[in-house]
Amino acid sequence: MREGLEVTDAKAQTIGAMDALIAKYVDAQGGLMRALIALNDAYGYIDASALPRLATAFNITKAEVKGVISFYDDFARAPKGEHVLRLCQAEACQAVGSRELTAHACKKADVEMGETRADGRITIEPVYCLGLCANGPAAMVDGKLRARVSEADIDALLQAWEHEA
Amino acid sequence: MTRVFIPLDSVAVALGADEVAAKLAAIEGVEVVRNGSRGLLWLEPLVEVETPKGRVAYGPVSEADVDSLLAAGLLDGGDHALCLGLTEEIEFLKNQERLTFARCGVTDPLCLKDYKAHGGLSGLRKALAMEPQDIAEEVMTSGLRGRGGAAFPAGIKWKTVLGAEAAQKYVVCNADEGDSGTFADRMIMEGDPYLLIEGMIIAGLGTGASKGFVYLRSEYPVAKAVFSEALERAYVEGLLGESVLGTGKAFDLELFIGAGAYICGEETSLLDSLEGKRGQVRAKPPLPALEGLNGKPTLVHNVISLCAVPTILAEGGAFYKDYGMGRSTGTMPFQLAGNVRRGGLVEKAFGVTLRELVEGFGGGTRTGRAVKAAQVGGPLGAYIPPALMDTPMDYESFLKIGAGVGHGGIVLYDDTADMAAQAKYAFDFCAHESCGKCTPCRIGAVRGAEVMAKVIAGNDVHGNLALIDDLCEVMTDGSLCAMGGMTPIPVLSAIRHFPDDFLKGDKE
Ligand SMILES: Cc1cc2nc3c(=O)[nH]c(=O)nc-3n(C[C@H](O)[C@H](O)[C@H](O)COP(=O)(O)O)c2cc1C
Ligand code: SF4
Ligand code: FES
Repeated sequence: MREGLEVTDAKAQTIGAMDALIAKYVDAQGGLMRALIALNDAYGYIDASALPRLATAFNITKAEVKGVISFYDDFARAPKGEHVLRLCQAEACQAVGSRELTAHACKKADVEMGETRADGRITIEPVYCLGLCANGPAAMVDGKLRARVSEADIDALLQAWEHEA
Repeated sequence: MTRVFIPLDSVAVALGADEVAAKLAAIEGVEVVRNGSRGLLWLEPLVEVETPKGRVAYGPVSEADVDSLLAAGLLDGGDHALCLGLTEEIEFLKNQERLTFARCGVTDPLCLKDYKAHGGLSGLRKALAMEPQDIAEEVMTSGLRGRGGAAFPAGIKWKTVLGAEAAQKYVVCNADEGDSGTFADRMIMEGDPYLLIEGMIIAGLGTGASKGFVYLRSEYPVAKAVFSEALERAYVEGLLGESVLGTGKAFDLELFIGAGAYICGEETSLLDSLEGKRGQVRAKPPLPALEGLNGKPTLVHNVISLCAVPTILAEGGAFYKDYGMGRSTGTMPFQLAGNVRRGGLVEKAFGVTLRELVEGFGGGTRTGRAVKAAQVGGPLGAYIPPALMDTPMDYESFLKIGAGVGHGGIVLYDDTADMAAQAKYAFDFCAHESCGKCTPCRIGAVRGAEVMAKVIAGNDVHGNLALIDDLCEVMTDGSLCAMGGMTPIPVLSAIRHFPDDFLKGDKE
């Protein structure tokens, strides 16, 4: 399970807990970014119910908060799958077959790039460089770095995930 | 106790170093040190054993190899199929000129005592006894130019910030390292984090700034963990805070994490992001050096620029200037990536040729096929054919062939690569990462990708290539920043040097 994803149920995001998280960053440099990162880490995504709280805390409009959230790839607006596979799509990994690897993974997992499977088990998303460019193709598997990833590695991973209770 | 070194570097960890370390740590008489990487990345996890003869290297080591290694006398530097001999004698390492990366992989990155024992803090100690003007002058003398991509003379920037009157000034370290094929910032932050801290304190002293931020990309979890720990220890040891090394001079440093936007590597976009906003590019002027973070004078530098500073102060600007050629002074950590046999980090003085790096150090492609191209300097860098690889790696020589050194990343491709697909990717990437502020980039990139798709499909190839040419001119001349302004470089270099890849769909 992905770190910080223990609370995927939106109802568990009590207003009190959210406010407490946000309050920590109100006076910090770049506080809104820090608060968004904290929410995203804690809940796996940023729930719409957080928007008015953030707007009030930082004294800006809801539209401004939305604008910031939509600018950054890391901020999710809906829960992701139980498992998240991020596959590097940048040039150095392309040079060692990331395009083929990505097609293979999406086909095997039966999910489109950037999507979460209907059963909510698996998300596959792009990432643009993990700094493992000499040892590609690179991936991040539930938050952990992996290098020189092969199709067999993907198969083993997916099999393990499919066989979980 | 036998000391065994197993890197904590991202690459080593991504290839199983934690498991190897756990297994070795459980053995009696073994003291495991998690060092940085030596940069011989194709050999990771690279395990080193301290012996009376020196450190003996083994690699790449997997958890499954540990038993046979121990049986072969690993702890005495015994022979084994994975044994590489003395680390320092490995050609790839021996032929480098390491100034910035001299300690990386040698020491325990989090041990400040180790850092000092290997020459750390000597630059800072000198700077603490100097006037700010003299510190900035030393940087000027070194000829150091920004390693983040734009290669602007560092000394000029320092003097501008120093000359600006303000109650608060900042030093901001750009650790957004978004370029594919680059990992030098990551490696040094994981392998020698106090070097960056030292460089930033000196930058504060040399510009009159008492507060610093490191803007680190979120894709680097290991760098985040190591650098956070180093920061904490630096405060405990009195290296940071109200009185740096007890001198009464203050410097505070904070880590700030990004959220997955390439454009935030552009310095003004980065500053907006650091203010908690969308990472929109700002029009210049005003220069960040005069109105940067929170509207205050701000020195923005790449990690590697700042990490060169302690050497410049410790050894003198003239010493640093002796490396390199012409107006490209000092050393550069080049990074060999992509389809390369021996990938890794090569720190050399400017002037080494691309061929020496690609063939000599890199050993050609990983697949063993012919080299088709190297993309140098990240996603906005040129695709360079083998015929041009005798070009020396320095700013001026690269400019002459329509390319740039950028942050020193070199991505290698073998002859199966399709340059038309790479050119289309350049547009796609620009479309994805554009901050949206100006039209040539925001709309141009999308149009470029569409038109390139037609070229690939073989629709009116010549007409569409002419369209691309026009479009690239508009993007080059009309974009506010280098995102839109330099996307034409990979596109046009691919077309110029590999025309066949674009004409193969041609139905006429
Ligand atoms: C699209 C774009 C992305 C950039 N990305 C980075 C980056 O990831 N790291 C970096 O240091 N500089 C990057 N730069 C360059 C910075 O704008 C700036 O020149 C640099 O941080 C200044 O530091 P230096 O003088 O030490 O190079 C980028 C520039 C552009 C236009
Ligand atoms: S060129 Fe692109 S990234 Fe740069 S300011 Fe214009 S829209 Fe933004
Ligand atoms: S390009 Fe894939 S890790 Fe850098």
